[in-house]
Amino acid sequence: MKTYNNRAWFLILPVLLTVAFSAILPLMTIVNYSVQDILGPTQKVFVGTEWFKDVMRDPELHEALLRQLLFSLSVLAIQIPLGILIALAMPASGWKASLSLVLIALPLLIPWNVVGTIWQIFGRGDIGLLGYAINRAGIDYNYTGDSLDAWTTVLAMDVWHWTPLVVLLCYAGLRAIPDAYYQAAKIDGASRWAVFRFIQLPKLRNVLMIAVLLRFMDSFMIYTEPFVLTGGGPGNATTFLSQYLTQKAVGQFDLGPAAAFSLIYFFIILLFCFILYNWMQRLGTGDKS
Amino acid sequence: MARIDLLDLAHAYRPNPVAPSDFALRPMTMRWEDGGAYALLGPSGCGKTTLLNIISGLVRPSHGRVLFDGRDVTELPPEARNIAQVFQFPVIYDTMTVFDNLAFPLRNRGWKEDAIRKRVEQVAAMLELSSDLKRRASGLAVDAKQKISLGRGLVRPDVAAVLFDEPLTVIDPHLKWLLRRKLKEIHHELKLSLIYVTHDQVEALTFADQVVVMTQGEVVQTGSAQALFEEPAHTFVGYFIGNPGMNLLPCAIADGVARIDGAGQLPLPPGAAAALVAAGRATLGIRPEYLECLAAPQPDALAATLQGARDLGTHTLAEFRLGAHTVAAKLGAAPTPDADGRVWLRFPPQRTLYYLDDKRVA
Repeated sequence: MKTYNNRAWFLILPVLLTVAFSAILPLMTIVNYSVQDILGPTQKVFVGTEWFKDVMRDPELHEALLRQLLFSLSVLAIQIPLGILIALAMPASGWKASLSLVLIALPLLIPWNVVGTIWQIFGRGDIGLLGYAINRAGIDYNYTGDSLDAWTTVLAMDVWHWTPLVVLLCYAGLRAIPDAYYQAAKIDGASRWAVFRFIQLPKLRNVLMIAVLLRFMDSFMIYTEPFVLTGGGPGNATTFLSQYLTQKAVGQFDLGPAAAFSLIYFFIILLFCFILYNWMQRLGTGDKS
Repeated sequence: MARIDLLDLAHAYRPNPVAPSDFALRPMTMRWEDGGAYALLGPSGCGKTTLLNIISGLVRPSHGRVLFDGRDVTELPPEARNIAQVFQFPVIYDTMTVFDNLAFPLRNRGWKEDAIRKRVEQVAAMLELSSDLKRRASGLAVDAKQKISLGRGLVRPDVAAVLFDEPLTVIDPHLKWLLRRKLKEIHHELKLSLIYVTHDQVEALTFADQVVVMTQGEVVQTGSAQALFEEPAHTFVGYFIGNPGMNLLPCAIADGVARIDGAGQLPLPPGAAAALVAAGRATLGIRPEYLECLAAPQPDALAATLQGARDLGTHTLAEFRLGAHTVAAKLGAAPTPDADGRVWLRFPPQRTLYYLDDKRVA
């Protein structure tokens, strides 16, 4: 008969504890909140799925979700192609490569709220370089009053802040392509476009997958920049899901609906990442199933 | 197809080369005949890939010129030279099918789709890829991928030459043999000029009509397998080709004999002795296959002690101590030393070669 040494289970105990305290317990607290109405420290009532139904019917949430989706898709549509383009244009080696890497990476080092503050001042019509220049060019631009202006300013901020991440990932991916591919393409008489389409883009698939997922998740959780810029305004123009959640949880102290919404929020991100991941996994492999 | 001439060609990766060691490729002038099957043989880092890349145009030589059929192509990029090259590791276009991979060089050159189809199917049939044409190239095994690379090299019928840069390194030994034979067949069928870079002598000798042996950026001998084996022009060819390689013994030359330290002396061949006598020294070279093992002394034999022998089935590989040197011999039968452990090794005069500063003089 085989004997099993059950003490091996102790080896995974540290991981189990860490995960429990860092992820599972907080999540279960949220779950706990989401199904109860907490009236006071000692008073609570089990309400089942009522908060979920409530939140799902909230028209403000629908608007914020739509706004959020549009924002995240815009972020991907701009940052991914732009990042690839910049990475392609960067020198491959030498001091120029190091210099451009450092310059490109600079925005990544700046904290979110500082980015918000920088752009808040940068975009001001009276003293901000950008706002002043745009207004002088004859375009009426005012992010505190015009919802489209506010929205595009947040988008520009995110592009400025996070495109470098895509650039760095793509740059690393490009450098990993063996020289023989470029040599073979030259021998085969491939055009610049063909080299990009049939060598570089397929070889970048894995890093692009990471870039798309990271940028999607991060942009879907955007909070600080619009908060610093206009606090979610004007009106609700830049109230994204995180703002909406914060207003509920902290502003109105509606812990139940806020918890219910947190869970919905979590599942939306999970769902989109799952879809994106699977789509990109199959992209270009000819696997249709 | 074209005749390729290299005129005073040399290449240095550093600027202002002066000493021979500054050159990755030392100055050379050579001709590659139209329709020939050449192998470029040499150890890693000897400059064979540099030479190949200069012919294909991937590297621009720092000195000299490259001519295709008399036309100077030194300044032309690879795509303008009409040349095909297959690399050490398979290069395939992952997102394309096998058919599209093979058709790629033709499509880039604006071929008509029905002409492409005919040509690709022909090449695929030769490489036994016909059944895989509709499959995606990325899902195939490494040898199939390399066959695709080979196919892309062979698909253009009008190329000046097809260059192979150690293309079978990644292939399993038994497939290697099949693919090499395939390439040889294709060479006969398509009458293309082929240049095949390798560090494997068996591969070079079985593939090529002419083997070009290189070492340290220099071509040391060009010739058939037989010439390289029987009459190596350079000591490097002697020990690089053959298994084991040539025995090389330093000797002193005087009074019409070659004296090997502590082992005795051999009569010099008549005729070509002038240069040897003038130098007073030489390196004697003899292939292990040509040494004869005798039981009694003879004028052109030297006494040696047996150190060890291994029966390899078809022959016996024996190692002898000859003065301060060790020599190897491939013998038909196991050597039978006398009571003192001695045998006499005969150096047949027509098989005993003399080298001065690595170059053959007699």
